[in-house]
Amino acid sequence: MGATFRLAWRNLWRNPRRTALTMCAIAFGAVLLIFSIGLQLGQYDMMIGSNVRIYQGLLQIQHLGYLTDPKIRSSIPNILALTQQVRDRTGLKNISARANGFALVSSAKRTYATAVVGVESAHEQRVSTLPGLVKQGRFFSADNANEVVIGAALAKNLQVALGDELTLLGSARDGAVAAAVLPVVGIFESGNVDLDRSMIQIPIATFQDVFDMEGHGHSIVIFEEDFKKAALFKSQVIQALGTQAELVVLTWDQLQPGLKEMIDLDYSAGWFMYIVLVAIITFSILNTFLMSVLERTREFGIMLALGYKPFNIGRLVMLEALILTLFALAIGIAIGVAINAYFYHYGLTFQGMEEMAKIYNLPASIKPQMSVNAILSGPALILAFTSIAALYPAMRIRLLSPVEAMRKI
Amino acid sequence: MHAVVSCKNVKKVYKQGAIEVIALADADLTVDEGDFVCLSGPSGSGKTTLLNIIGGLDTPTAGEIIVADNRLHTMSKSQLAEMRLHHIGFVFQAYNLIPVLTALENVEMVMQMQGVAKHERAQRARQVLKEVGLEGLENRKPPELSGGQQQRVAVARAIVSNPKLVLADEPTANLDSKTAENLIDLMRHMNTEHGVTFVISTHDPRVMHHAKRNLSMVDGRIVA
Repeated sequence: MGATFRLAWRNLWRNPRRTALTMCAIAFGAVLLIFSIGLQLGQYDMMIGSNVRIYQGLLQIQHLGYLTDPKIRSSIPNILALTQQVRDRTGLKNISARANGFALVSSAKRTYATAVVGVESAHEQRVSTLPGLVKQGRFFSADNANEVVIGAALAKNLQVALGDELTLLGSARDGAVAAAVLPVVGIFESGNVDLDRSMIQIPIATFQDVFDMEGHGHSIVIFEEDFKKAALFKSQVIQALGTQAELVVLTWDQLQPGLKEMIDLDYSAGWFMYIVLVAIITFSILNTFLMSVLERTREFGIMLALGYKPFNIGRLVMLEALILTLFALAIGIAIGVAINAYFYHYGLTFQGMEEMAKIYNLPASIKPQMSVNAILSGPALILAFTSIAALYPAMRIRLLSPVEAMRKI
Repeated sequence: MHAVVSCKNVKKVYKQGAIEVIALADADLTVDEGDFVCLSGPSGSGKTTLLNIIGGLDTPTAGEIIVADNRLHTMSKSQLAEMRLHHIGFVFQAYNLIPVLTALENVEMVMQMQGVAKHERAQRARQVLKEVGLEGLENRKPPELSGGQQQRVAVARAIVSNPKLVLADEPTANLDSKTAENLIDLMRHMNTEHGVTFVISTHDPRVMHHAKRNLSMVDGRIVA
């Protein structure tokens, strides 16, 4: 143990109660930050996971420019063959093709404009939870079945029930009229208002037939559970596509920039609160640091007289602050990780959350994120602030004159 | 004989509001190597101020100070600290040991700053503590030592790095007569056996009795 470290350590324990209380304040702050940041990031994970899982997928292959200008003609030729090619070359199983259009959908009583999505009946459930959220009826029997599945809110608006027929009237890929009369075989309830109110799904072959797609489609949806590896899967998919300049592979955050922006904004607001919290903790710690320096003014005067330079004493004070903070943070991290590990294992549930989760096919509890970022970013913030706080008393030592300092009691 | 301290026309004026207080008025002093000088005089005569200025703890208003060939009046704070570290030992009236360090560690601390290797500084500190009669008490902290023992640790700390000069400000003021006698004997022994130069400010006639030179100060001047 170095002599300076030894002196710093013993100085810390001159007033054990004060040191212990300061350590408790720092450790408590660390626990609070680890839990809050972990939970916040866990919530984002859940939001992203739900969004990715329900319909959008982790990645989508689209025609270049389709995302910003979704024209029916911006399509991918031979989409089913290409989808199978990507499945085979990447080894990824959760891949499904879709075709998208718009139509006026009429029941016997009402008409609404909605999105019409053609899906692969055998694969859609691998990339989306919507097939599992069909609460009445069933999903499609085959890709060429003349059937339609609609959202619960839309069914209510159109005043249709299972077995009722819907008339679709839209514009086909070649500009001709696309029209079909299809019976409702299923009604889904996703909990997502947009999906439930303004989308109907039909089998992809039926879609291609009605909208005269000639084998074209609009997106190949790829789902994988670990959305943090989106970039890795993307590079695999790009490789599998080969040289197809007119196609792009988009990740979840590109597909839903609004969600990403909302998360970023919420995270920034969260960090503002954390900084305020740490600043409050720091002010109380600053008082402790300042007291411990002021009560040793005479001793610092002696050290200056013996030949210590203000820098050496300032460094000692900084070292004391660093030791105290690191010890407290180690305790805080240990407790924080233990709490987060418990909730990661058992989940954190609020009243009514389980019922909601069952209805909407969502996770029944929030799990705090257990990443290095979630665990260490809060303590790192505390360390930065306390180091700045310790600078002030350390800098004051530069102003000490040995003679004046030794006169202090 | 080589002069360790040379003060010429040293003046120190303190300002207390609008009033100027002359602490030193044209003080001249030369201390040779191996000397044992006592500065005596009434309170406020300027003894401590002169010691502080010789030790580089305070700066003169005017005059020239040379200590161990260093022209103090031209040096920066940092240079003065360096000079104190290598050339001057201090013994204060109130012992002024670091309370959280043991006797051994208190003696070692100056050497640590000087960059002396750990093993060597421990060996030298033990040796000096033995010389001042504190063998066996090396691991006691100041609160566990008597006043006399603490002052011996302070003397050991002052001399352990073989400084050219030891400045002692009223070293016996807080000690009983027997302990004071022992401390005077110790400093005299260091002076005669090791050639350590001492400049001591004191009211104590026993210290003056052992001095090679006695100087009196009155109103900031050295009068005899």
